[in-house]
Amino acid sequence: MTDTETIIEVRDLWFSFNGQPILKEVNLAVQAGEFLAVIGPNGGGKTTLLKLILGLLEPSRGAVRVFGLPPKKAVGRVGYVPQEIHLDKHFPISVLDVVLMGRLRHAPGPSRYSGDDRVAAREALERMDMWPLHERQLGELSGGQRQRVFVARALVSKPSLLLLDEPTAGVDPAHQSDFYAFLKDLNQTVTIVLVSHDIMIVSAYVHSVACVATQVFYHDSPEVTPQMIREGYQCPVDLVAHGLPHRVLAVHEED
Amino acid sequence: MFEVFQFEFMRNALAAGILASVVCGLIGTFVVVNRIVFISGGIAHSAYGGIGLAFFLGLSPLLGILGFSLAVALVMAGVNLRARERADTVIGVLWAVGMGLGVILIDLTPGYNVDLMSYLFGSILVVPRSDLYLMVALTGVIFLAVGYFYRDFVALSYDEEFARLRGVPVARLYVLLMVLIALSVVLIIRVVGLILVIALLTIAPYITERYARSLGRMIVLSIGLNVIFTMAGLALAYRFNLTSGAAIILVAAAGFFLSFGLERLRGRPVRLEARARDAEGSLHVPSV
Repeated sequence: MTDTETIIEVRDLWFSFNGQPILKEVNLAVQAGEFLAVIGPNGGGKTTLLKLILGLLEPSRGAVRVFGLPPKKAVGRVGYVPQEIHLDKHFPISVLDVVLMGRLRHAPGPSRYSGDDRVAAREALERMDMWPLHERQLGELSGGQRQRVFVARALVSKPSLLLLDEPTAGVDPAHQSDFYAFLKDLNQTVTIVLVSHDIMIVSAYVHSVACVATQVFYHDSPEVTPQMIREGYQCPVDLVAHGLPHRVLAVHEED
Repeated sequence: MFEVFQFEFMRNALAAGILASVVCGLIGTFVVVNRIVFISGGIAHSAYGGIGLAFFLGLSPLLGILGFSLAVALVMAGVNLRARERADTVIGVLWAVGMGLGVILIDLTPGYNVDLMSYLFGSILVVPRSDLYLMVALTGVIFLAVGYFYRDFVALSYDEEFARLRGVPVARLYVLLMVLIALSVVLIIRVVGLILVIALLTIAPYITERYARSLGRMIVLSIGLNVIFTMAGLALAYRFNLTSGAAIILVAAAGFFLSFGLERLRGRPVRLEARARDAEGSLHVPSV
């Protein structure tokens, strides 16, 4: 993997919903091998930005390129771990069937999983230490176990870019740090964009931080430095304390 | 009891009951997990407009129901895809308009007084052989369609967004699901009537959802339960001279409340959480 390749490029992007601007003048470039944390207040547009990168939403203005392609053409090389809160925990589906979803392809003909698909699903589950539970129904698992299943589903298509949206919600802190260590290891081969609110933990693992609060502020830091922690930490803490997005913008505008 | 099988009408009733049970177990599973019970009710009730139209134009009632249900299903799919937040209102309106239209058209049909009750509550005891053939054909079509797109339907039902990312044509499959519901409605109206369609579509899948580990098993269990409900309802209707559709539904309802009672007695259904390798709580911590 060459470190000069730009994996995600967002140029002068605006996004409005029902006349409300959610994102304004966003410019962002994510390089191959990067581990980017996306932080910011609730409703600041973190998930929206992720969905624009995935092609699930269309920008009102501006452009997104993933691997140099429009997002919809690049999704085959992208793994996605959504916010679990939107999914029905008690849906009757087995762990293996959830992971196999990651191997669905848009091809004419009856939808069947091949032997290759099953091997890939088994490998992904083994990698996440979840193969022994592959026949379980999803609702029988703990929060941490479900999280590993969703990561396995994202990895089963062997993506070069992995996007995760608050993957540690509902996971206890001990397992969270294990999880971040796993991501750090994975980052040797996969570019990672992680939406999170716990920047305290994240900052020990990531290369760079994008703070999203309608606008996007990118903090490029190749190593973990105290300054980076300070900068990344600044905005969510203000928000957690006061819930005033404008304070965050003001802080950044003073920069 | 077995002497009833010497009557062709009873054999036809059993066959129609089993076909309806099978289709309802299959389609009802998708209706329940996709939370589209209200849409299914709307499609079923507005089918009444199709009955009115068929009598007014002198067509076969089943043909009228088929055409009308399909049209309503397509409109509802379109509304639900484009303006989901207003979809429930539109469904309610179509529901009422379909029924009103049906009554008015039958009023306007000269010199012909149809037994509307048989369409509202079903008339399983007078299912003619020709209708049975149509039901078999429709059941086949529904099974082929679901079988062909099974993985896509599972993905769409569980995680629509992820399915879309993997290239599943979500909108088209959603329309197809609506069409399949409409076809099922045509099939079921004969058996339990349009008022009671929702019950046969939803009660068994609702009960089995808590015990099934996959949609496939949920479908099989729901079909089994539906067959039991239908056969028991028919037996009661025969024995006590009751309206068959209503008897079937009351049996299903008894099963529904029984499952609640059992759940209460046992506490929550025993999930295997305790055996899981790291059994931390599965509470969602709301994101800050």
